[in-house]
Amino acid sequence: MIDGLVLGQMTPDSTVPSSDSNAQGARSASADRAPAALAADAPSPPGNGPLLALRGVSKHFGPVQALSGVNLEIVPGEVTALAGDNGAGKSVLIKTISGIWQPDGGQIVWDGQTVHIHTPKDAAALGIATVYQDLALCDNLDIVQNVYLGREIAPRGVLDETTMELTAKETLSGLSVTSVRSIRQPVGSLSGGQRQAVAVARAVMFTARLVIMDEPTAALGVAQTAMVLDLIRRLSANGIAVIVVSHNLNDVFAVADRIAILHLGTMVGNGPTSDFDTQRVVELMTTGAYGGASGNGGSSALEN
Amino acid sequence: MAFDQPATVPPDEARELAAEIAHDPTAHDVALIDANVAATFGEYMRAWARRIRAGDSGVLPVIGGLIVIVIIFQVDQSRFLSAGNLTNLLEQAGPFVMLGMAEVFVLLLGEIDLSIGYSGAVGAAVMVILAAPPINLGWGLAVPAGLATTTGIGFVQGQLVTRLRLPSFVVTLAGLLFWEGFLIWVINNQSPNNGGSIRITNTVIVNIVNGTLSPALGWVAMAVCVVIFGVLTVLGDRRRRARGLVAQPPALTAIKVVAMAAAGIVLVAICNTDRGIAGIPLKGVPWVVPIVLAFVVAWSFMLGRTRFGRYIYAIGGNSEAARRAGINVPRIRVLAFTLTGLTAAAGMIIYASRLGSMSSDVDGGQIVLYAVAAAVIGGTSLLGGRGKMVHALLGGLVIATIYNGMGLIGLNADIQYMITALVLLAAVTVDALSRRGATSG
Repeated sequence: MIDGLVLGQMTPDSTVPSSDSNAQGARSASADRAPAALAADAPSPPGNGPLLALRGVSKHFGPVQALSGVNLEIVPGEVTALAGDNGAGKSVLIKTISGIWQPDGGQIVWDGQTVHIHTPKDAAALGIATVYQDLALCDNLDIVQNVYLGREIAPRGVLDETTMELTAKETLSGLSVTSVRSIRQPVGSLSGGQRQAVAVARAVMFTARLVIMDEPTAALGVAQTAMVLDLIRRLSANGIAVIVVSHNLNDVFAVADRIAILHLGTMVGNGPTSDFDTQRVVELMTTGAYGGASGNGGSSALEN
Repeated sequence: MAFDQPATVPPDEARELAAEIAHDPTAHDVALIDANVAATFGEYMRAWARRIRAGDSGVLPVIGGLIVIVIIFQVDQSRFLSAGNLTNLLEQAGPFVMLGMAEVFVLLLGEIDLSIGYSGAVGAAVMVILAAPPINLGWGLAVPAGLATTTGIGFVQGQLVTRLRLPSFVVTLAGLLFWEGFLIWVINNQSPNNGGSIRITNTVIVNIVNGTLSPALGWVAMAVCVVIFGVLTVLGDRRRRARGLVAQPPALTAIKVVAMAAAGIVLVAICNTDRGIAGIPLKGVPWVVPIVLAFVVAWSFMLGRTRFGRYIYAIGGNSEAARRAGINVPRIRVLAFTLTGLTAAAGMIIYASRLGSMSSDVDGGQIVLYAVAAAVIGGTSLLGGRGKMVHALLGGLVIATIYNGMGLIGLNADIQYMITALVLLAAVTVDALSRRGATSG
């Protein structure tokens, strides 16, 4: 079903003006922007069950077990911080959700339905947007062109620059990005925080049900970090589920509703932020256990 | 919140924004204003001057260079600016411009196609053979067959580059050798007793370059083009303003339209001057001029206003970002190589039409280097992501001017090659230096 949906939705060169609905959708609330077919099949009122549930997801690369039996639930309107040391499997996990890699075992449940996310396009069709650390922007294109890349509004095959510029402008000012002088300047000329904002604008403009952010503050100064954290709060206040991958525990505690901790591919801690303190998170990240707790102790939090 | 923004910025927010800009010293930096969207003429000119100083000089250097070259030749040879020679120059420029545009498609991806001189020649040879006795196919079949041949070659080479992930330099270098061999084989096989050359007998094909529009038709066609350009520009500006966006200042639109009209009038006036020799009158715009201009307009539209064009720039800028944006990168790349083939075929058909024959000793290796030079001299980057079709037009004119002028002066091939090389080197140096100026501030 997902495959069919994707084919119908966006073929890069399709002359069908499929993006018209996007232009409208970008102004309305996030739920309206979910793919119509899915929304009709599985209506899920906010707060009623998780948006995304990973059940026993595993992934290995040759002999290396990158993920083993990972369980995780993501709730709309909540910020989940995904923490873990280098090599813990954070990147593998988000790339599995984003359709870059396929899990070798386990299930991915989206809105109560088991789904197979084969490509980033499948993920986008579901409403999953990922902002990678490298931001994946084209420096030679301007802000509008980057925000709409891959989803251009092109009735009868001709790009509608006016509509795209207007909508991109609204989204950026909604994200409080006011320091950009011209929306038509190449992204290569922007600062790190501005580039992050463009990448986030790109994500929330179209697929605002789950936004995954990979180390969004790693390269930023204090003021720009505050701006990005504020951005994350705005997203969740709009009912969007957010996964933030971060090394920075200050940021994690400042913004997360829930914390999930990976250690060597295993979920070793998972619960509301209030259950954790910095020391516990650090210990779980580095040793996979806290005090006498077993490595799988975190899964009890999942059941709550 | 972020998603329920009304179409216009509320007054409070606008005030906040203004206050923030006022407090932010960098917000006054005019260099950030995109010259394409400055509201007033003065603002536009200031932004433009800034951009030039910042190293984004656009097509200015190549136009300036062209003028210098023209003056040098004119001082040496007063015949250079005669109507007959200028029209001849336009005909010579046709293949360079077409093959330069062919290269732009792949250069934008950060790739290169070294084969198009010969693969285009193979397409032209197929056309010539089909249109000549004993086959005697009409031009309506022979020309498309020639175009299709090289388009197919481009497709196959694109597949090799994309699917097998081979470097385009090597694949198309192999193509250069292979299609040269194939060209010799097919022409010798088809016409064994003609010294490796097949004459074009079909008058329509000969007239692609050697036929002309009637003087009256030339004027009418030029006027129609200028009016359409003017109307589309004004309508586009008005549409942007109507929706609250900044459009280019009206004065600039007027200057653009007037400049285009002036260029069109000069072009048609030159071509409509009698350039006949020995009392046989010859006047009118050669067909090759509107044909090449039609390609420039069509390909520019494709690059600037369609998804396909946008994706070519995106892949050239950051192919990983393009892939993650859901763009079918292999498909776009293959399509670019295919269009390179199509454009190259058209270029070499024009070349064959100009010579009135197709020969097995076409120097496709030199032609392809001129084609790459045309694109790069015009301002297209070899690293991908930066370039326009109009660069190939201007660069092709520069190459043709040098080629034509040096022929007129009577320089030998040895000197011609060396001077052409130095011009290419100078063009790339100016580009690199101005960009370095931009990054070092």
